[in-house]
Amino acid sequence: MTHTEVDIIQNRPISNAKLGVLVLLGAETMLFVGLIGAFLVFRMGNVNWPPLSLGDIQLPQLVTGINTFLLLFSGLSMFFSVRYIQQDKIQQHHLSLAITWFLGVAFLVIQGSEWIQLIRQGLTLQSGIYGGIFYVLIGCHALHVLGAVMWLSIVLAKSLLGRFSSQEYTGVETCMLYWSFVVALWLILYILVYLY
Amino acid sequence: MQENENLTPEHDDVHDTHDHHEGFFRKYIFSLDHKMIGKQFLIYGLLMLFLGGGLAMLFRWQLAYPEITEDVAAKLENVESRLAKPLPIIGASDEFLKEYLETGELKPKTMADRYWVNVIESDDVEWAEENIPFGIMTPAFYNMLFTMHATIMVFFVVVPILVGAFGNFLIPLMIGTRDMAFPVLNMLSFWLAVLAAGIMIAGFFVPGGHASAGWTGYTPLSADPEWTGVGWGMNLWAISLLIQGFSSLVGSINYITTIINMRAPGMTFFRLPLVIWALFIVAILLLLAFPVLSSALALLIFDRLAGTTFFTNTSTGGGDPLLWQHLFWFFGHPEVYILILPGMGIASELIPAFSRKPIFGYRSMVYAMIAIAFLGWVVWGHHMFQSGMRPGMGAFFMTTTMLIAVPSAIKTFNWLGTMHKGSIRFTTPMLHAIAFVSMFVVGGLSGIFMANTPVDIAIHDTYFIVAHIHYVVFGGSLFAIFGGIIFWFPKMYGRYMNDTLSKIHFWLTFISFNCTFFPMHILGMGMHRRRIENPLATAYTQDFEGMNIFITMSAFTLGAVQLILVFNFFWSIYKGKVAEKNPWHVNTLEWEAPTPVPHGNFAQIPTVHRGPYEYSVPGEEADWIPQAQPEPVPASAGD
Repeated sequence: MTHTEVDIIQNRPISNAKLGVLVLLGAETMLFVGLIGAFLVFRMGNVNWPPLSLGDIQLPQLVTGINTFLLLFSGLSMFFSVRYIQQDKIQQHHLSLAITWFLGVAFLVIQGSEWIQLIRQGLTLQSGIYGGIFYVLIGCHALHVLGAVMWLSIVLAKSLLGRFSSQEYTGVETCMLYWSFVVALWLILYILVYLY
Repeated sequence: MQENENLTPEHDDVHDTHDHHEGFFRKYIFSLDHKMIGKQFLIYGLLMLFLGGGLAMLFRWQLAYPEITEDVAAKLENVESRLAKPLPIIGASDEFLKEYLETGELKPKTMADRYWVNVIESDDVEWAEENIPFGIMTPAFYNMLFTMHATIMVFFVVVPILVGAFGNFLIPLMIGTRDMAFPVLNMLSFWLAVLAAGIMIAGFFVPGGHASAGWTGYTPLSADPEWTGVGWGMNLWAISLLIQGFSSLVGSINYITTIINMRAPGMTFFRLPLVIWALFIVAILLLLAFPVLSSALALLIFDRLAGTTFFTNTSTGGGDPLLWQHLFWFFGHPEVYILILPGMGIASELIPAFSRKPIFGYRSMVYAMIAIAFLGWVVWGHHMFQSGMRPGMGAFFMTTTMLIAVPSAIKTFNWLGTMHKGSIRFTTPMLHAIAFVSMFVVGGLSGIFMANTPVDIAIHDTYFIVAHIHYVVFGGSLFAIFGGIIFWFPKMYGRYMNDTLSKIHFWLTFISFNCTFFPMHILGMGMHRRRIENPLATAYTQDFEGMNIFITMSAFTLGAVQLILVFNFFWSIYKGKVAEKNPWHVNTLEWEAPTPVPHGNFAQIPTVHRGPYEYSVPGEEADWIPQAQPEPVPASAGD
């Protein structure tokens, strides 16, 4: 690598990795635009939601609401983990990453148990478009949370091995970007699917 | 594959960040080098072009000769499609068929007859026996042919070549960097595309045949296996396109990041060559459009495999078949600009280079492309005038669609303005570029017809739309592809393509292309529906028999002529005339790199001092000034 090339790389306003993740999030947004669009078409095309044929299905608004707060809080701790590594507060950085990880896992566990409840109540993938779009849309988000937790596991392991410092923390930052997307998306989904 | 690259000595002056000594697999198969990945995409696309073209030949035969002589037809009771003529070469001969039907005896006359005897006598139900007994197409097989022709051409030919091949090869070279931002993702993008193609091809061999719902896969036709009788073919179609979506996603992340972050010093956005601008905009379109298709495909797969009812209206809970059309065209309309914008970019490189003039209105070219890309998002409803929508919405989509004519016309006039009073050199790439512009105008004008709701209601789903799409995608994109291949071949392989063969190929293609697709406008105006397997079955299309035969003959010529290009391509890789560094005297950075381009591209990352189209600058000695040439130095003739 020549001197000019080092200059070029150092003068970038944003690193390749961060830009790449931001671009990826653009595509993820459009994936959910498609799915949420389908949801809204069904939702607005039906006066009764859930349709009367399904009986008295009630989505667990309260538990999921609490779950929403867990996820929002994980977004906050993820944000602070980046702050701490910027200030070289390694101890707090590890702690906040671990908290984020546990909250993410807790979110998935609670979601899973709620799903089991719903299936017992008779709401399945085949319960018309109501059940279908619920499981596909929320399931697609859950897969993204799972992916984010797996990504965070790698970041956490690397962090514990001391790979990050206030000089080099791109790995934590990119993970934070993705995590924030998953959290923000959930807020929209909770309002649309559970409350609306 | 390229002996040149093997013989290239390892330059010590190349400051390379990668390991230079690579084995065969690293170099040719799992290569991380953007140039090799570009070439892989090119060869992959050309191979798929022949598959897609072959399918077109098959259904063109059916459309020209849908019926056989009456005496044979009367006897063909046990053959499903009683009205079709066996295919040439692979089909059974008429005498053999007649004898078999009259006497029940199998007396083969030709090689093909003997094959069909084997097929009939074997106990297993063979694929050929189901789909084309005696070489006679069943209607279901015909549906599969046109569906797969379009699917392969759109997703596996034009996008891989324009975006995959030219994008990978040109972006790092033209912006002056050593490789893509994420070389591993780049390799992943290619191999995901190969996987998608493999799954797509596998669909031909599953029971029930391949997807037959048209390339648009309209529901409920595609959502319910009972409607088309297609089982896993349709599933594989959807899965393959999902994987293709991942490939495009990874590729576009790479392109966008590379173009934003890795330009050489001095290469501002408004000094980028227009083909890079086009690829940049296309990468953004691909990035944002394809996930919408992915969401629709995911819902479709759930409908087919998990018993949901998103796209079918059943008693248990009403889905909406129209939803598919909205999702598909919300992706599909940006997709058609994905198919044409890189072609426009290539034409914008070739025309100034061979007119020896700066491009006319560089910035307006960029803004026009941005405008086209933006408008592409709000016009999807014009595919659905016939599906039923509020009249007000029809007016909205009609207006936005017609607005696209404005930036398109700006581009066309700019190309003409560039050629005006230029010292035009009619090289083969230039011929292709001129063909691109003129064919694009024909295709664009027929587009205006169809944007008009009342007109579209009449000509919707007729051969008029077939003529339109082929004028834009074949006459537009494919001519740009051919021109681009011939133009950049010296940089890709260090040799020229044979010019005589290229010229023969160009003229024969140009003539047979127009003979094939122009009459389709007339068919369309005569309300000849597309997607019917027997034009002789309806009275009002019977008069078109002669024209259909003419189109088929032209199409066969068109197909055969492409063999010249492929022969020329592979022959020239080994035997073509060795090319110098900058054979066309072009300004852009890729011609600054040594030929063949070494790993790492440039000995020293160039610094850019000017725009890409400074040809015939008054007072300069040479009629071209490379972008990397410093300002105060008087122009030299270069090398």
